[in-house]
Amino acid sequence: MKEIQFDRIKDAVAKLCIDANCLLGDDIVQAFKDGLKTEESPAGKDILNQLLDNEQIARKEMMPICQDTGWAVVWLKLGSGVRVQGGELYDAIHQGVAKGYKDGFLRKSIVKDPLRRENTKDNTPAIIYTDIVPGDGLEITVQPKGGGSENMSEVKMLSASDGAEGIKKFVVDRVARSKANPCPPVIVGVGIGGTFEKCAMLAKHSLLREIGSVHPDPFYAEMEKELLERVNKLGIGPQGLGGRVTALAVFVEAFPCHIATMPCAVNINCHAARHRSVTL
Amino acid sequence: MAKKITAPLTPETVKDLRAGDSVLISGTIYTGRDLAHKRLTDSLKAGEKLPFDLAGAVIYYVGPSPAKPGQVIGSAGPTTSYRMDAYSPLLMEKGLRGMIGKGNRTQPVLDAMKKHGAVYFAAVGGAAALIARTIKAAKVIAYDDLGTEAVRELKVEDFPAIVINDMYGGDLYEQGVAKYRRE
Repeated sequence: MKEIQFDRIKDAVAKLCIDANCLLGDDIVQAFKDGLKTEESPAGKDILNQLLDNEQIARKEMMPICQDTGWAVVWLKLGSGVRVQGGELYDAIHQGVAKGYKDGFLRKSIVKDPLRRENTKDNTPAIIYTDIVPGDGLEITVQPKGGGSENMSEVKMLSASDGAEGIKKFVVDRVARSKANPCPPVIVGVGIGGTFEKCAMLAKHSLLREIGSVHPDPFYAEMEKELLERVNKLGIGPQGLGGRVTALAVFVEAFPCHIATMPCAVNINCHAARHRSVTL
Repeated sequence: MAKKITAPLTPETVKDLRAGDSVLISGTIYTGRDLAHKRLTDSLKAGEKLPFDLAGAVIYYVGPSPAKPGQVIGSAGPTTSYRMDAYSPLLMEKGLRGMIGKGNRTQPVLDAMKKHGAVYFAAVGGAAALIARTIKAAKVIAYDDLGTEAVRELKVEDFPAIVINDMYGGDLYEQGVAKYRRE
């Protein structure tokens, strides 16, 4: 049994919120640079250069890459041999988010109720997903998720007879209909299988993958490659001004499925695909 | 070469702008997003005075992050514009002449832009730290209780934007995507 102090978790979450929002991942920066080589549109190239400049300013001044510092989506891998000392685990997460968003001068974007819309003023609650795993570690991943790209996301209940092509058509069409709205170049997260809500979580989780990584299953690796090619033929381009680089990556996560169903979820991420992890 | 323009906008400035033009905006603009738009239009419908003069005004769809000590404003990139579409035609009828955001507008907004002579600009979504450097002063002038969604008066110098929709029906998103689409 390993004991982890409440305050240690809280402080780690606060730091992850700040770092994720101010320091863009190396894989995204590299994807912008690679995009400059393939982008044909002068306006598209100009946008990618501005995003690289923006990343540098944010890093130097520790200010948010984007003013929408997002929902704090928190993924936990909790070792079954871990016990939290001095308080409850989820309280530590929520308090860490509140601290990080205050100390880091991050925007508070959460309202208490979807219809009455009064701001909670500390960006809580966090959205927390927990996996219990063997061992005595606690891995925390903070994935700030912007609202504009979330709005372009969708779940569809397809049938087995729709096949792989049905899935592909839905994914490409979802990006096509999003046009300029979700801040392209986007990262497209695709969940296939599971239940209605499970496939949405798969899509969200897939967005944690590193750009350039290859799916371990060759079948889905090939599907990701084809989907990226088809999406980048849409012509939407950086910021929707027209161009080749509409998406930086397409990530698929699949899960077992009921004999009657084939759900598919598309979770769109803007180019500011932010996430940071730590293991305590 | 970017066109240098001044806000509030004159009718001549709006007439001179075409979809695809790069502009650098200097002068005074106002921030407003979802909840501020609802309050502004509720006020107009009730015959109340607005917190700023709409004549020639430019509204920037942004909810900035908080300023750190010594900063004028935090990160301040555009939010997606279509959520303001329900409110924009009435604001244009009452004098609004420029909107800055990102993403596609719906037909009633495009129709109102033609009818009243207004222009829609996009700023680069996600380039929020870069854009903040062109904002030289910021002051909350209404709806302070809304936090980031409050209406702010911004003094800007060479704020970079691109004309997406002009008052003649030009649409840069349509033109740009058609050029690069491959079947």
